[in-house]
Amino acid sequence: MKAFLAIVRQTITVSFRSGGGPLVGLIFFLSVVIVVPFGVGPDLNLLSRIGPAIIWIGALLATLLGLDRLFQDDRDDGSLDQLQMAGLPLEFVVLAKAAGHWIATGLPLVIAAPVFGLFLNLSTAAMGVLVLTLLVGTPALTLIGVIGGALMVAIRRGGMLVAVLVLPFAIPVLIFGVLAVSAIVVGPADSFGLPFMLLCATTLLAIVVGPVAGAGAIRAGRE
Amino acid sequence: MDLGDHAGFIIGGYLASFVVIVGLIVLSVNQSRKARARLAELEARGVRRRSEARPAARPAPEAKA
Amino acid sequence: MGITTTLANPTRFMSYSGKILPVTWILALVLIVAGLYYAFPGSPPDYQMGEVVRLMYVHPQAAWLAMLTYVLMAVAALGTIIWRHPLADVLQKAAAPIGAAFALLGLVTGMLWGQPTWGTYWVWDARLTSFLILFIMFLGLIAIWATVEDPGRAARIAAILTLVGAVNLPIIYFSVQIWSTLHQPQGVLQGQTDAHFLPPMFLMLGGYTFLFISILLLRMRTEILGRRVRSMQLTSVGAEA
Repeated sequence: MKAFLAIVRQTITVSFRSGGGPLVGLIFFLSVVIVVPFGVGPDLNLLSRIGPAIIWIGALLATLLGLDRLFQDDRDDGSLDQLQMAGLPLEFVVLAKAAGHWIATGLPLVIAAPVFGLFLNLSTAAMGVLVLTLLVGTPALTLIGVIGGALMVAIRRGGMLVAVLVLPFAIPVLIFGVLAVSAIVVGPADSFGLPFMLLCATTLLAIVVGPVAGAGAIRAGRE
Repeated sequence: MDLGDHAGFIIGGYLASFVVIVGLIVLSVNQSRKARARLAELEARGVRRRSEARPAARPAPEAKA
Repeated sequence: MGITTTLANPTRFMSYSGKILPVTWILALVLIVAGLYYAFPGSPPDYQMGEVVRLMYVHPQAAWLAMLTYVLMAVAALGTIIWRHPLADVLQKAAAPIGAAFALLGLVTGMLWGQPTWGTYWVWDARLTSFLILFIMFLGLIAIWATVEDPGRAARIAAILTLVGAVNLPIIYFSVQIWSTLHQPQGVLQGQTDAHFLPPMFLMLGGYTFLFISILLLRMRTEILGRRVRSMQLTSVGAEA
């Protein structure tokens, strides 16, 4: 447990130190939110209807794009070998890295989401649900992205390829997250429960599948 | 025979199936030919694999490995 | 045990598959020719769909093979990761392009069937969406085999991705189903299966399956030969040095 927390802490500090990781993620998130109205037009009613979807897609891209270097630095400086020798199963190392990465980049997105929601004319209720779904759903996105980050270490080149491979796995998260929010925004409000529960279930499943698959990918690349 | 108003869709579907399947077979046969030719060339040059795979004369490869 | 241990050895696989291949090619050809006869002159048009029903003899077959390929690849992926079996690696690599080809055919023939029957080439329903993702998965796996040079490493990476996909595809199917039922009423026409349509459908299904077995065995043999060439080149380079 101690080693686990140490990896979490170390991942957070590294991502804060190296070029302000969370800040870049936030700026990217903001630019996605800003660019969409220019594509669909400034109609505030339309924006408030598709706003949750825009924010979810922004969060998805910001989460996945930040993950390509998650394991690469560790591999390059040899600390991946060290972590493995410390006796912690590789699955837990991957889970710890994911947790650290989520605290450093996912959590700021969740906190910033209401502010960005202002640009998209979201109601207070909608913002509340949006934050709740993002809080539950972004860990799943990070854990799916972790598989991609681990594959990147294994494949060694081809960042675009990995993004394409992993992106479809995020579809259920996106669907359940947006459905839960739009139940509140466009109604009927009683259709909120099912997608929200399914979102929670997806995250729980990702907590298992992400580290196992990520560890498998790292092992596959090392032999 | 008359395939009705939607003949184009039907013919298109069968044509696409034919092109893709025959394409896949041609590609696979070509790759197989190339691999065979390469193997024959290497064997002609007298290169042998470690686990010598000529089924005619094979004196228990596990023991010799 | 039994057949799996017997076929476990690549050399033995080569000799058995060489004997089976002519039989499967001939079976595939005979069944498809018979299926084509029943598909056109030998069966009437559907009273509801009209002549378009004839696409039923190429579309579900392609879709079935694409899914069968993925299931086989997932089993082979387990073989790669758990038993480290060289033939499982070979199967994975040989099957990916076949899966991609038949998934593409499933999509193309489905779209050509969809336009005259539903009035649109594409709907975002669960079956179509997850099938599109299946196609993308096949392309991604082919890309991995093309990118990673060491075949053993490529096999393990592809196996991980195949298994994650096997867990995820049903979830994607389910999630899109929920999504599309909440967004739009299901207006997809369910075709009546009349007795006339069964002979060509099953003849073609059998023909496609034997075609798949033939192409798969051929590609696996090619891959095994390619590996022999590779190891021979390595030893010859070692001898010269």
